[in-house]
This record gives sequence, C-alpha cells and structure tokens, in this order.
Amino acid sequence: MEAIWSWFEWLYEAHGVNLSIFYDSLDRDRFFFGLLTTIRLSLICIVASVVIGVVGAWLQTSRFKWTSRLVQGYIQFFRNTPPLVQLYFFFFAIGGVLPKVPDASGHMVPPIGNFTWAAISLSFFAGAFNVEIFRAGIEAVPKSTSEAAEALGYTRLQSYIYIILPLAFRVCLPSLNNNLVNLVKTTTLAYVIAVPELLYVSSQIWSDQFNVREMMNVLLFTYVGLVAVLVFMMHRWEKTLKIPGYGR
Amino acid sequence: MAESDWTPDQPMVSAKDVHKSFGALEVLKGISLDVMKGECICIIGPSGSGKSTFIRCINALNPINSGSILVEGQEVNDPQLDKLELRKKVGMVFQQYNLFPHKTALQNIMMAPIKVLKEDRDEVEQRARHLVKKVRLDGKEDSYPGELSGGQQQRVAIARSLAMRPDVMLFDEVTAALDPETVKEVLLTIRELAEEGMTCILVTHEMGFAREVANHVYFTDRGVIVEHGPPKTFFTEAEDPRTREFLSQIL
Ligand SMILES: Nc1ncnc2c1ncn2[C@@H]1O[C@H](COP(=O)(O)OP(=O)(O)OP(=O)(O)O)[C@@H](O)[C@H]1O
Ligand SMILES: [Mg+2]
Repeated sequence: MEAIWSWFEWLYEAHGVNLSIFYDSLDRDRFFFGLLTTIRLSLICIVASVVIGVVGAWLQTSRFKWTSRLVQGYIQFFRNTPPLVQLYFFFFAIGGVLPKVPDASGHMVPPIGNFTWAAISLSFFAGAFNVEIFRAGIEAVPKSTSEAAEALGYTRLQSYIYIILPLAFRVCLPSLNNNLVNLVKTTTLAYVIAVPELLYVSSQIWSDQFNVREMMNVLLFTYVGLVAVLVFMMHRWEKTLKIPGYGR
Repeated sequence: MAESDWTPDQPMVSAKDVHKSFGALEVLKGISLDVMKGECICIIGPSGSGKSTFIRCINALNPINSGSILVEGQEVNDPQLDKLELRKKVGMVFQQYNLFPHKTALQNIMMAPIKVLKEDRDEVEQRARHLVKKVRLDGKEDSYPGELSGGQQQRVAIARSLAMRPDVMLFDEVTAALDPETVKEVLLTIRELAEEGMTCILVTHEMGFAREVANHVYFTDRGVIVEHGPPKTFFTEAEDPRTREFLSQIL
C-alpha cells in the first residue's frame, strides 16, 4: 500500500500531476469521507424516493379526488422547479424558520442538519418523477388482471401490493433506472448547503492543493464508477424479476 | 331477507328485475332468474345482449341500477355490501383467464386463500396441489402462466377460483378464446364440477355442453330474457322467433 502512495508522490514530484488524495493521508480521509457521504445520501434518497413513488402512485389511483389532486400538486411543484432552488428553499426558507434546539453540549443548533435537508429535498425531487414512472407502469397492467384479483376478494390495497405493483415494477424498471441515475448525479447539489459529499470535499482539497484539473478528473471517474455500480445492480435486479414466458 | 335466514332449499342466486345502464345505454332491462343449490344454468344469446354484464353483476364487479340480486340471502345491490363476504361465496372465471403472470400456477392458486382469507400456508398448499390434480395439471405446478397453453391456463384459473371454496361458480365464455381441442379439456373440468354438485352459472356458446350439462338454459337478447327452459325442451321447442333464429345460426 505504502508503495502505491509513494508512487503518487513521485508522480507529483516528477511530472506535476498532483493526486494528493492518494499520497496525503488527510486528503485521502477527506475524499473517502466525501465518497461515503455521497453513497449514503444516494442510498437514502433512492429508497425514500421509491417509497414516495409507490405511495404517490397508489394515492393517485384512489377514489378520493383530493388525494390525487394533492399528489398532482406535489408532482407539478417538484417537476417544474429547479432542484437547486428546491434545496435552497428547504434549507433556508423552511430550515431557517424552525426554532433552534440545544445539542448534546448545550449549543443552540438547527433541529434538522444540512445532510438531512439534502436527503429530504432530493428525495422529494426524485420522488415526484417516480410517482409518474410508477403510474405509467400501473397503467400498463391490464384492468382485467386487477379485476380477477377483485373477484377473488382482494381489497384494492392487497391487489396493489401483491399483483399490480409487482407487474408495474417490471414495466417501469428502465425509466426508474434512468431517474435513479439522475438522482445520484443530482446529489452533487448538496454541495451548496455544505454537505461534505464528493464535490464539496473535492473543492476543499483543490483549494488547499491547487489541483483543480486533477480533482475534476477524479470526480468524473468517481461518478462514472458510482453510476456503473448502480446500473449494474439495477440490471441484475431486472434479470431476477424476469418472468418466464412473459412479456418482451 | 336477512342473510342468516337463508336456507339451502331457497335459491342460491336469485335475481329480480335487474336493471343496469352504462351511461345512457341500458344494457340489462329487467333480468330475473333463480338458481338452486347444485344447479348448473347456461345463459346464451347474441353478442352484446348483456350476458357478461349480468354475470359480473352477480359478484358486484358491476354495480346494478335497480332490482335485487340475492346470493345465499345476501343482497348484492346494497351500498353497505360486504364485498369480501360475497366474493368468498362466488368464484369467477374469465374468458381471458386473467392469471397473475408473475406467479407460478401453484402460487396463483394459493395466493388468495393465504393473502385474502389468511389461511394456513401448508393447509392451502395441500389443497392447491389437490386442485392441480383435479384439473389435470400434475407437473405444471411450477410453470408460469406464460409457459402454459390457453386451455391449461384456463384450468389453473378454475382451480384458483375453487381454492377459495366458493358456493357458486360463474363462467363467462371461458372457452371462447381456446382452440377446439383444448375446449374439451376445460369443458370436461367444468362438467365434473357440476356433477359434483357445484352451483354453476355459465355464459357459453357451447350448445352441446348446455344441452348435456345444464339444468336450465336462458336465452337473452338486448337485455332481457326472451325464453328459458330445461335443455330438453329449450333446444327443440323454442317458441320465440328470436330464439329460433339464434339457435338455427349457432347449431
Ligand atoms: N364498462 C362498460 N362501459 C360501457 N358499456 C359497456 C361496458 N361493458 C359493456 N358495455 C356494453 O354493454 C353491452 C352488453 O355487453 P356485454 O359484454 O354484457 O355483452 P355480452 O352479451 O357478454 O356479449 P359477448 O357475447 O360479445 O361477450 C354492449 O353493448 C357493450 O358495449
Ligand atoms: Mg361477454
């Protein structure tokens, strides 16, 4: 390991390519922490936005007009405004008016931290798209299939959970895939409210090391890697969900 | 009539003056019929005469506008209707099978008793395997619907309905989407059911089946029952010109 680290040090001294995240233990830790933060933020937002999508799509099929109106309003709001503005809105407009609370050491701090705000804001952002994605999937399930469930005594919720959703999921996986990739890329926005994710720690590193060019390359490669892992897992999942003799 | 008052010597299904409209289109214009326990009745009639609509009204897939349908004394035309209670009593098989494509044949059969009736899984599995044998699909338990022929799928659908242990079975043109060879297998299954004493209401174009198996045949046209009678007399002594014309076309 040490040999690798010192090779990067040599690379810098001999060729001026400053990849301090490899040879400098402070930068290495910072970068690794940023990577973990991005992964954590992405995972939380993926799960939360999928839950929002599933619940939202269910509410949209509800018999009550006001629930589907509510969901429609939510979708319009989050689809038609920039995610950056949404993030600012949550952090400053909502976070700013919440009363401060004492932390463990008695300091007065905001009740919701910047990481949590980023998670909330981005989950709602991606969730709005997921509702539409799931709705399209649900619409692709033949009405006769849910009717068969109804005739067997399934309630609307049971039929949604056991029959419609599993079928809709398979239909909408490709578009869900897209949206989740987008979500992972959008987590960089958390930079603006000082969440120490990849972009944020990288900017700290390059202001200390003056290695913007190198860090930009590192960032791009890291995101390519992250997205590749996500896409790989989604495809694996798609395969395991494949039904013999069904569909395309 | 309260539900608890129902006794097996009363009609299991009793429709009285059922009216049903889709918007301005009146599809059922006063249908009345009684089906006793253990009877098998066939409803025949030209396309669009409201056969499917009527049979779907029996298990409340279509709400009716007026009239009454009693299933074992339970009024279907009731805003407070306990749908689960009704659907436990009434099984239904559709023309297009409508199996759940993401579940194997056995899972299709087992799901409703487990999820809806909350019955014990092992017990349900035993019953499901027994039903698979009954509809002659041994060995197909783990096949997905997409891997089965139309006739096999339809028999899974019948078994799926039977797994709920209904008292009445509704069949809506269940052989209409099948090729002639497989029609036989499915009809045989239904015939055995009827002979075991299952109460059956069939919409069908299979006149041979109606003649041999049905206790009573109803001919509907444009939302009314034109004529009905036991098959012996119905097929030979039909009086109404509409019935005669229909029969002459189809036989
Ligand atoms: N959900 C619906 N909305 C509007 N009209 C409907 C609906 N379902 C059926 N109809 C109409 O009601 C009439 C009766 O239809 P139904 O399906 O009951 O006929 P059927 O006797 O079963 O015919 P077939 O032999 O072709 O199956 C038709 O004119 C049909 O267009
Ligand atoms: Mg029909």
